[in-house]
Amino acid sequence: MGMQFTRRNFLQGTAVAVSAIALAGCGNSNDGSGASSDADSGTVSGDTSGDAFKLGGIGPLTGGAAIYGTACKYGAQVAVDELNAAGGAQLELNFQDDEHNPEKSVNAYNTLKDWGMQVLIGTTTTGPCVSVSKEANADNIFEITPSASSTDVIGGQPDTDGNITEQRKGNVFQMCFTDPNQGTASAEYIKDKNLGTKIAVIYNNSDAYSKGIYIKFKAEAAKLGLDIVSETSFTDDSATDFKTQLNDAKDKGADLVFLPIYYQPASLILKQAKDMGYAPKFFGVDGMDGILGLEGFDTSLAEGVMLLTPFVATADDEKTKKFVEEYKKVSGSDENPNQFAADAYDCVCVVKQALENAECTPDMSASDICDKLVAAITAPDFKYSGLTGEDMTWTDSGEVTKTPKGMIIQSGQYQPLD
Amino acid sequence: MAKETTAAAVPTKDRLLKALTGNLGTYLIVVAFFVIIEAMIAGKSITSAFQGQLVPICVYVSAALSLNLVVGVSGELSLGHAGFMSVGAFSGAILSSVLMDAVPDPALRLLLCIITGGIFGAIFGAIVGVPVMRLSGDYLAIVTLAFGEIIKNLLNNLYVGHDAAGLHFSMTDTTSLGMTNGTVVVNGPQGAVGITKISTFVAGTLLVLFTLFVVLNLMKSRSGRAIMAVRDNKIAAEAVGINVTKYRLMAFVVAAALAGMAGALYAMNFSSVVPSRFDYNTSILILVYVVLGGIGSMRGSVIAAAILTVLPETLRFMADYRMLIYAVVLIAVMVLPNIPAVASLMEKVKEAMPWNKRTTAEEGGAQ
Repeated sequence: MGMQFTRRNFLQGTAVAVSAIALAGCGNSNDGSGASSDADSGTVSGDTSGDAFKLGGIGPLTGGAAIYGTACKYGAQVAVDELNAAGGAQLELNFQDDEHNPEKSVNAYNTLKDWGMQVLIGTTTTGPCVSVSKEANADNIFEITPSASSTDVIGGQPDTDGNITEQRKGNVFQMCFTDPNQGTASAEYIKDKNLGTKIAVIYNNSDAYSKGIYIKFKAEAAKLGLDIVSETSFTDDSATDFKTQLNDAKDKGADLVFLPIYYQPASLILKQAKDMGYAPKFFGVDGMDGILGLEGFDTSLAEGVMLLTPFVATADDEKTKKFVEEYKKVSGSDENPNQFAADAYDCVCVVKQALENAECTPDMSASDICDKLVAAITAPDFKYSGLTGEDMTWTDSGEVTKTPKGMIIQSGQYQPLD
Repeated sequence: MAKETTAAAVPTKDRLLKALTGNLGTYLIVVAFFVIIEAMIAGKSITSAFQGQLVPICVYVSAALSLNLVVGVSGELSLGHAGFMSVGAFSGAILSSVLMDAVPDPALRLLLCIITGGIFGAIFGAIVGVPVMRLSGDYLAIVTLAFGEIIKNLLNNLYVGHDAAGLHFSMTDTTSLGMTNGTVVVNGPQGAVGITKISTFVAGTLLVLFTLFVVLNLMKSRSGRAIMAVRDNKIAAEAVGINVTKYRLMAFVVAAALAGMAGALYAMNFSSVVPSRFDYNTSILILVYVVLGGIGSMRGSVIAAAILTVLPETLRFMADYRMLIYAVVLIAVMVLPNIPAVASLMEKVKEAMPWNKRTTAEEGGAQ
């Protein structure tokens, strides 16, 4: 029975070891703040008496993008609680985890369908949403996404040459701006406020969201006469060291660095820029939202960072104040909600308003509700004012029309820029 | 007279049992699974959550089988198997979009896409295999790992579209495709979008059976024995005149082709597929199926891949704990059989099985 060290044993051993390491890695990748401890995914909440509308929600509650999914979950929860307390048609929310993976997202969608979902609030992230919206389109279930910003989500958006990637999915609507709109709006904002003369862009080449914004930003910047001096990229696999990109920006004298990326790599860029003594203005988009909630991040590094996002938790209007207070109660943490939470809140509210306008009842089939909701939300006199904008409207294209707001980080808080 | 019949009947029965516990049994498991599921679909007693996972199950089973050909039969550690799947997925998606009007029949189009996926998988398998098959062990593992990452990054920069003038390729962006009023099929990091869903469970089952057929028959063939001889002792195999590189390459390319076919089936099951879906983690996931099912055991791969695909979804009711439970199950499967008490218990259970009982009894009688 003596152990022999054969080729085969060795291979088996290596394979087992590699698998074990990978599994351990999966466990550690859960870096969304507080996401693992208090996110009770898959729980049904709100009115469960049976005569309520069944709202399904999908988003990443675990994994690298968990911060967005949890925000949407709690944001939607706040809206459901508030609307149910106010009376009228009751709502029931079931939020499922998709790990930011299209395959899992479709699984989550099917699980919700088994539960009897009538309206879908989601999905939170773009990649999974493209797959899920196609399913929802085939089943004719009304879908409004808080934050999936790619044009492929809604479909039917030809580029400048008239080429299309995805046909319009008539039942899918967005609460957030599309990627091209974010890129265009950022360039306009920088030009209008005269924020920089020499601009550097660092974008994520392996991320659809980032590249989508970058392409439109570049096109609009050329139109407006903004001077882009440095364009550098990275990929998900090289998102740890940005010295090359920052040095390139510094050498070319950029005074504003545009970061159409998520907050995690952005936090490293801010740190490394400070270490090398480079202090330009940093301008981000909505993916930057959440940077202050990142665990172990020194918020003083983000001082002066500007971003374009439709929601400011520190705004002093009644609506926002009340939402922030309720959100903290529901999430059980002291952190301010980000714009994803506000978008999800608005999604639920707008669905409720449309359900009432269309005179839907909870005993109707998902498909009937969908037809009525599409007609209601695209009606010319339909307007919704919520946390992320006043007098929002939707057209057949699925895009939302609202005004973007600029924000700046000051003393560890997001503050309105104007 | 009566005694003779029983004497003749027992070996037939034994032979049947032996066949059932062998390759035939593996085919039967797949067919039985298919029949049960189809019955459930017909009886409408299946949840949409489970129905939605049927094609992914078939994909992962096929991928695990093909990887087992490399890891188990050929004895090489490949960490880039998802790379071949993505080659198949994207070539299949492009062909499907191009043939949309020319081949209206979805089943035929799916077949063509899967075949194309297999061909491209084989081509890339050969491209990687020819230089790599000079390496072995750790070196091979590292090169295949790198290959998977290279493919992913290439696809992140690939733009493909088609219009009336034909296919257009670019490595910069969609505008440089130089086409108007066309359809963009592959859009860089956004992957292939706008895919029409044509994969079916029937097609998935057929692919699993085909993969099983290829792998099991290759193992039984002259070439398969040569491949295994190389695995067990390369020097001895070379000494008896076996072309080592040729047989290792054969296993590698066949596995790559089968993985490409699985990838094409996968792409045709979702409306979009992104390059980052086929990253290092997916390669490892398939390797986990192979290792947990038992390296070299095809039936083990089939069962492990099917169960481990369904498991995280069935654990959804456990909310946050489901990923933890999933990991615990994986570790338990790896560790438990190596604990002596559990091992002896399993041995007893095995002996208690009817087919094993008879053999031991007969052996006892013969002595």
